[in-house]
Amino acid sequence: MQSFKDLIANYEWQAIQDDIYRKSAADVVRALAKPGRLDLEDFKALVSPAAAAYLEPMAQRSHQQTQQRFGKTIQMYIPLYLSNECQNICTYCGFSLDVPIARKTLSEEEILAEMSVIKQMGYEHVLLVTGEANKTVGVEYLQCAIRLLRPHFAHIAMEVQPLEQAEYALLRREGLHTVLVYQETYHREEYKTHHPKGKKSNFDYRLDTHDRLGRAGIQKMGLGVLLGLEDWRTDSFFCAAHLQYLEKTYWQSKYSISFPRLRPCAGGLNPKVQLSDRELVQLICAYRLLSDTVELSLSTRESPHFRDHVLKLGITSMSADSKTDPGGYANPNMALEQFEIDDKRPTTEVVASIRRQGYEPVFKNAVGIGDF
Amino acid sequence: MKTNPLTIADTTFHSRLFTGTGKFSASPLMREALQASGTELVTVALKRVDVHQQQGDDLLTHLQHPQWRLLPNTSGVRNAQEAVLAAELAREALQTNWVKLEIHPDPKYLMPDPIETLRATEALAKRGFVVLPYIHADPVLCKRLEEAGTAAVMPLGAPIGSNKGLRTLDFLEIIIEQSRVPVIIDAGLGAPSHAAQAMELGADAVLVNTAIAVAGDPVAMATAFAQAVQAGRTAYEAQLAQPTAHAVASSPLTAFL
Ligand code: SF4
Repeated sequence: MQSFKDLIANYEWQAIQDDIYRKSAADVVRALAKPGRLDLEDFKALVSPAAAAYLEPMAQRSHQQTQQRFGKTIQMYIPLYLSNECQNICTYCGFSLDVPIARKTLSEEEILAEMSVIKQMGYEHVLLVTGEANKTVGVEYLQCAIRLLRPHFAHIAMEVQPLEQAEYALLRREGLHTVLVYQETYHREEYKTHHPKGKKSNFDYRLDTHDRLGRAGIQKMGLGVLLGLEDWRTDSFFCAAHLQYLEKTYWQSKYSISFPRLRPCAGGLNPKVQLSDRELVQLICAYRLLSDTVELSLSTRESPHFRDHVLKLGITSMSADSKTDPGGYANPNMALEQFEIDDKRPTTEVVASIRRQGYEPVFKNAVGIGDF
Repeated sequence: MKTNPLTIADTTFHSRLFTGTGKFSASPLMREALQASGTELVTVALKRVDVHQQQGDDLLTHLQHPQWRLLPNTSGVRNAQEAVLAAELAREALQTNWVKLEIHPDPKYLMPDPIETLRATEALAKRGFVVLPYIHADPVLCKRLEEAGTAAVMPLGAPIGSNKGLRTLDFLEIIIEQSRVPVIIDAGLGAPSHAAQAMELGADAVLVNTAIAVAGDPVAMATAFAQAVQAGRTAYEAQLAQPTAHAVASSPLTAFL
């Protein structure tokens, strides 16, 4: 069976990077003037240094296309950290095996306690997050958590270790709707240096995950790169190619992209490449121009100022008021957290701010999964 | 000016103009026109092939050419079962596992039956055929056919034989954007400009029959189509400049940066 792994073999990192840096203003103008669909060559132009001078027209078009498709709405979601146990070493992560923090995995009661706080905050779309600890937080645990939560939420998403196709199918039947798995970087060697130990060090297994998700019939998949590990333009090109491949192959699924910028954490890795605010805006718009339909998601890693302004430029979903420590909604404990968030405003404030921009924050936008 | 070759099921084509063999007033004229077209893939209705006695003025004798791959079509069948039978017959008679799947139970407009076509594609792909189905310009059907193992899709531009051009334009654009197999625009192309437009859109190839066969001068018309296909493809690969879209809206969105 064909998978993205086979396709990526045709792409040579350095050649792609050279291509991107060679793109000219004329290439950008041509891409921006296209009335129809943009292709990956256009994407290269839009993430190239040459496009920096065209940020405003990119933003205008991205804004227009996003409103056309999604209306003036922002889907709200909230992460629920179930566990910070992890057997992997990832150089950039506060949950990394070698980081001396307290470890915790929520019990059923604790999950329900989190649930009720989150529900009071108004959230209907929840994102379950764990590290990778198969003994304590394996498929059975996840199955149990989904079963526990599905009567309470309209939409359950998951950001955990990559699983087997049959496991995804099993969790889908339990009511799992969305799965987010970020490749972190598509640069094979760089990947190795950042994932020296644990199951995550297997680049190809991770790369194959979305194909397994597609075959398992998962309705929505998220992808992305950790911006800061490698040249963001080239890495994002690979992610865009991955997206296009998936859209064509698993055409009944929906897709979302996230833009995590590497932040300081307990592990303390400094980003190799700094992505400025202007560059992040450029990247968001480039994705939107490439795909009308992909959902673009922004987390609380970003500052209130940035989030408030960028929500008009192509973003379709946002989290708010997030805690990255397991149990953190009912019993905050900073010693357990994955990274410090930047936008610490309470949900009500974020909501008010979204409304001020002329947008409607949407909390429920799915038939309750429990209905099926 | 060379353009990229097209590959279908491991076979490479340098000409993106596929042709038919029906409606010509005489077989020698047909042969001359096909030669002028530079085509490398020629579809022939199985029902017109004399399977048993290959002699005399049988159509096949006029279709022997080192450059031409024959593509038997199932025109005349009414359902998937008949199509599979016809394909098996063609495989035996013409020594090819390629088949252009045409199932149009409606004799008036020759509209392809999507349900039978999907069923037949599944069955034929399993039997090792290289299937090229003639279909409506239906993007979802194209994805379903891909999953069924089709080698290409052949959506119609307009009703067959109508010469109306790309009436299904909006849907063809979606198909071309989404497809993982070659997209060959079949039916309805009445003028070289239609063929050029299809190629500029990014179609992988076009199939033209009636417009060449019934032209006043089929040989000259075949040449014109060849040039149009070449021009359209070259333009596509050269990345067309597009008419500028909407003007930039009023308030700046990036002033906060
Ligand atoms: S990124 Fe994920 S896998 Fe890596 S250490 Fe953090 S929680 Fe574990």
